[in-house]
Amino acid sequence: MPADFISNLYVFILAGFVGFEVIRRVSPLLHTPLMSLTNALDAIVVVAAIIIAGRHETRLTTILGAIAVAASFSNMVGGFVITDRMLRMFKSGRSKQS
Amino acid sequence: MTEFALQQYLDFAYIVAVVLFILSLRFLSSPTTARMGVLAGEIGAALAVLATLFNPEVAQYKWVLIPLIIGAGVGVPLGLVHMTAVPQRTALSHAFGALSAAMIGIAEYYVGTEPVTRFQMGEIGLEVIIGSLTFTGSLIAAGKLQEILPQRPIVYRGQNIVSLSVLALALGLAVALVFNPAHALLFPIMVIVALIFGVLLVTPIGGADMPTVISLLNSYAGFSAALLGFVLNSKVLVVAGALDGSSGFILSLIMCKAMNRSFTNVMFGAFGQVQASTAAAKEERVVRSANPEEAAAILSAASKVVIVPGYGMAVAQAQHKVRELYDVLTKKGVEVRFAIHPVAGRMPGHMNVLLAEADIPYDQLIEMDEINGDFPQTDVALVIGANDVTNPAARTDQSSPIFGMPILDVDKAHTVMVIKRSMNPGFAGIDNPLYYLNQTLMLFGDAKQFVGSIVRELGGGH
Repeated sequence: MPADFISNLYVFILAGFVGFEVIRRVSPLLHTPLMSLTNALDAIVVVAAIIIAGRHETRLTTILGAIAVAASFSNMVGGFVITDRMLRMFKSGRSKQS
Repeated sequence: MTEFALQQYLDFAYIVAVVLFILSLRFLSSPTTARMGVLAGEIGAALAVLATLFNPEVAQYKWVLIPLIIGAGVGVPLGLVHMTAVPQRTALSHAFGALSAAMIGIAEYYVGTEPVTRFQMGEIGLEVIIGSLTFTGSLIAAGKLQEILPQRPIVYRGQNIVSLSVLALALGLAVALVFNPAHALLFPIMVIVALIFGVLLVTPIGGADMPTVISLLNSYAGFSAALLGFVLNSKVLVVAGALDGSSGFILSLIMCKAMNRSFTNVMFGAFGQVQASTAAAKEERVVRSANPEEAAAILSAASKVVIVPGYGMAVAQAQHKVRELYDVLTKKGVEVRFAIHPVAGRMPGHMNVLLAEADIPYDQLIEMDEINGDFPQTDVALVIGANDVTNPAARTDQSSPIFGMPILDVDKAHTVMVIKRSMNPGFAGIDNPLYYLNQTLMLFGDAKQFVGSIVRELGGGH
């Protein structure tokens, strides 16, 4: 088993626990923005897509990479835009009266 | 040497991005700090993308920058959709995320001159299977939510066997590839079979189960990104994928609990879901109804009102009228709160977003567990477009398909008013004994118009 695999597994398990603890605390009020935000964060696969497309090894891998760049970057941009739009709408009764 | 130093800077940028991602989710714990969470996420993502553009491996920019521009061009409009369309937008973004993870996995198989090792092949195979099935599954889910595809479950005999055989075939092809990674013909077949499985996975699931399905697809999309991190040995992908995957997983568990589904039911999508029994014995039962005038009189005499909104309210576009009702009653000194069932709406937390959009303060949106104890002291429970989540049969009737599902105990309020178009049973086709209770008044009509009439009777609105 490659050493990289083991270190990645460590990171995966620890990140899973961090995710569990952090997400458990998110108010159910915000579960929809939570999903769109994690979607935007998950779109970080764009960094891998950029490298695949940018390496320009074969035509096939460049096309696959370019599709991946467009798909994930649209998630990143759209995810942040809609999350912020939703969160701006959440106002407390107290802040509204002031 | 300089390249090595540059690589270290890039790694450092990724570490900062990961920290910002975790903080981003941490800030989401409260609505007051949540927008900072978006900012933290944006900075982290921008940092990681910019750093990657400086990676010396990026030999040409044409096929990087053009897709980036296209992605932004698609992403911005998708970020500006109407709030009722957020569930299908989310499903579509799961599809995009999974597509991109699958594409990179496929490219990784074809990259380089020598074939991948067996171990890499196992990782790539699993990653591409999950990514592909999530891609088509999410597209089907988005189609159902957008109502391009039929909402009702599409079922046939032996469905589970067919679907599971297709999955087994995809996994079998992956195993065969592990034994012989150079067998290039098997790889595209595996991808196609996995794509087909995604369709089979989601097609049988009905509209009422969408909150669970969408959470589950979220989790799959996240885990496929994490697996891609394993394939590429990229820690930032492993972390982001694990965060997204565990978030989707937690949400699917919450949705499951809210619909009284088991854990294995989650793991296998919604296979073997509860089928609505429409053949309930139909005896003649008396229903009492009221007009807007009477409803307004009862509401203005109350001191504590709980409004129970369901997706029907959003379909009728009634949330802004409901806001007017909230305003006029609050002005009269009536305490108005909203009871939110976890599966109200079409994705987790959807109802809160719809009410927040109508400018209803979030401190008045109360979760099920918190508000259920207050119903016996509630003068009026006003149910708007919700049905199954208020069905007392879930508590008492063992033969009911929704028996055991946690519900909002509206039947314990002194008076219950239900706005409904007709006596037709709801989404799941289950009869609701709530409507025949002595303290229940049915308000027949369109939710938006009916609430509007009540508001006029109370002397509010425009």
